[in-house]
Amino acid sequence: MDPLTWTGSLSVLDPIFLLAWIALGIAVVAQIVTTFLAAEDIVEHEVSATTRKLADYAVLGVKIVAGLILLLILLYVVGGILMPTLEAKGIVGTVSTRLLPVWIALLATFAASIVFKRRLGLYGKLFDSMVGMIGFAIVMFWVFTAIFGAMDLIVTHDPLAQVSGMKNKVPGTALPDVEGAYPYYLLGGDNLARDVFSRVVKGAWEVVKVAPFATLFAFMVGITLGLPAAYFGGRLDTILSFVSNLILAFPVILLFYLLVTPEIVQTGIPVYMAAVLFIFPIIFLVILINSRFHVQPVKRTVYLAITLVLGLWIYSGVAWNADPLGLIEFPPNLLVVFVSVVFVNSPTVFRIVRGIALDIKTRDYVAAGQTRGESPWYIMLWEILPNARGPLIVDFCLRIGYTTILLGTLGFFGLGLSPESPDWGSTINDGRKLLSIFPHPALAPAFSLMSLVLGLNLLADGLREESLRD
Amino acid sequence: MGIFILRRVGVMILTALCLTFVVFYLTNLYPALEKLAKTQGNQRMSDEAVLSYLERNGHLQPLLVKYGQWLGVVPGYVHENPETGAVTARCATRGMDPAEAPRFCGLLQGDWGFSTVFKDDVSAIIAIRLGLTGKLMFWVLVVMVPSALIVGVLAGMREGSRLDRSLSTFSIASTATPEYVSGVILITLLASSAGWKIFKGTATSAADNATLENFLLPVLTISLYGVGYIARMTRASMTEVMTAQYIRTARLKGVSFRNVVLKHALRNALIAPFTVIMLQFPWLLNGVVIVETLFNYKGFGWVLVQAAGNNDISLLLACSVVAVVVVLVTQLISDIGYVFLNPRIQLS
Repeated sequence: MDPLTWTGSLSVLDPIFLLAWIALGIAVVAQIVTTFLAAEDIVEHEVSATTRKLADYAVLGVKIVAGLILLLILLYVVGGILMPTLEAKGIVGTVSTRLLPVWIALLATFAASIVFKRRLGLYGKLFDSMVGMIGFAIVMFWVFTAIFGAMDLIVTHDPLAQVSGMKNKVPGTALPDVEGAYPYYLLGGDNLARDVFSRVVKGAWEVVKVAPFATLFAFMVGITLGLPAAYFGGRLDTILSFVSNLILAFPVILLFYLLVTPEIVQTGIPVYMAAVLFIFPIIFLVILINSRFHVQPVKRTVYLAITLVLGLWIYSGVAWNADPLGLIEFPPNLLVVFVSVVFVNSPTVFRIVRGIALDIKTRDYVAAGQTRGESPWYIMLWEILPNARGPLIVDFCLRIGYTTILLGTLGFFGLGLSPESPDWGSTINDGRKLLSIFPHPALAPAFSLMSLVLGLNLLADGLREESLRD
Repeated sequence: MGIFILRRVGVMILTALCLTFVVFYLTNLYPALEKLAKTQGNQRMSDEAVLSYLERNGHLQPLLVKYGQWLGVVPGYVHENPETGAVTARCATRGMDPAEAPRFCGLLQGDWGFSTVFKDDVSAIIAIRLGLTGKLMFWVLVVMVPSALIVGVLAGMREGSRLDRSLSTFSIASTATPEYVSGVILITLLASSAGWKIFKGTATSAADNATLENFLLPVLTISLYGVGYIARMTRASMTEVMTAQYIRTARLKGVSFRNVVLKHALRNALIAPFTVIMLQFPWLLNGVVIVETLFNYKGFGWVLVQAAGNNDISLLLACSVVAVVVVLVTQLISDIGYVFLNPRIQLS
């Protein structure tokens, strides 16, 4: 069988698409130059009408060309889905057809969010900012891809299966013999003849299942330690700050190399670290509930009991791999990765929380709480923390991106995860040896990782903009 | 000022001691030592052979004693084999007669130990490799700092303008692209048969003879990741300065915008980025390790990976000492420099 072309029957659009990109490049350069000149003119009080007009034209040009490109991409995606056969769809069309569940989920999310955006608080306000919306769309794209990929809806092949004759084949190559298997490697084969497309989709799940939770745990640790350090100050603050600076002074990669090796795993140090780090969320929740409801003993007891039972159950399963019911398991090598990422992130969160809390501590409402005789923990968790939420939410988004980068770094050095794991860092590492001859196995995960982190950064930017507007 | 620096140096030394002790502890755990023995001897060594190797090389002493020996405050071990009578001593590993060896040999005596991977003195290895990385770092700074400052100042000059928005998008994109992603993309575009083959995808030859062809891509890769962050910090501080009262006064007096930016705003706007650039060094160190691995440039980062991968204790400790000193010294410089640049801050 012939290999698939990139755009199939829609290839008539290709020259227009190429021209549009060239035009965009020219227009962007023109825009930068002309707006710069126009700005200079205003400055010098010699408003020359022609340069300003030129600047406006350039901006208009950029908008038109960018709109055209977006329209063409939409045509490729939707047209690709509508085309009848795989050959007519081309690679782009086939991939977008495989991603159909993701498109539907994305559309549903956006439609629902925009309809109800006035009732959704900060999340709803996100849909007022273009940057935030783009970021959110990219992030949700990868989240849905990961979830549906994990449910085996999108992938075309087993990410670990090797098909002979498909080693380093270019995107769109047809499989040599089709026995019920999907007839093409959509994004080509890697150096072990595995399907790159399926590996990228499965790799998204590796990121989505670790990064947000690791960041959340780092935040729990950072908040539980940062608030008292700022509020009480004194020796506690000195000691905690010293320890966090100590961890921050460590080069991250050296730390990874020291923590995430099989020899260290043998000694059980990661498990002890997990035992210490994972207890913080439970402490956090217990103090949170206790400080709020200690005047209503019945409620407090019920809530605390629920938290403790659930929390300790999950804790025993996750940290010690000793779940009494046998439901929760945590693979040991994933635990090491998880722990080291939490460990690296929490000092920075500690510093941020401490800085914000030091500032908020001087506010009048804190003094009012103290005068009312509230307990210190109530003031910290129910007065200071809610007022620090803006910067913390923004940092949370940024930090998920950073955690994604860290996970990629671990994979890049072949640390932690199993060598066959489809996560993006490992795949880039596999592909880099033959990069100058067969770039496609490394490029696909590289672009995926970049777009996910970019999406998270844009989302954080949009959130910052909207939370500052209040 | 003097007392401040003294106190900071004291904290620095304490931090360095703590960190090296952690590294020492982690590299001296028994499974790690066993791996060391097996890579030095052979993979199928019996448990007794491993034990005798470790005994002979002084690895079985208490941790604190070993750490003291490495520091040079405890006399180096002297071990006599009860059967053969052969004597091994820490300070006499290189063909020296154990009887003539000095008693102390550690960091304080300038002896960094012997690398088990490269079979050479650690100090010599570190010196050569640091030189190579220094070359890389120098060019990275030359590319990164001016471009980041220009981008940041241009973007922050007029907050919300189109120029600001396009430059800010660039900064965000650059911070979202870690080195191992931008490196892969740059190699594909500029050094592979799929793109233009105008540069080289490896920088091994740059160690002796750095040219544009073999050195531009690694330098560009590290710089790209750092540019965005510094530019954003510069932009934030520039926008803050541009809304200050004295800038408005200057504008109302009729000073031209160019002069306001260049003469009034710039100096104050560059205080914060100075700190940021200094605090970027630990981050650059990470970038160096990734890029040196990706481009196979045999500098400090490459040595660190080799040492860590083979549990080469002395070399790894030396690497961590260097890394920690770099981090702490840049922190100190950033603090002191901040005071000099900003006379409003008093040290107490």
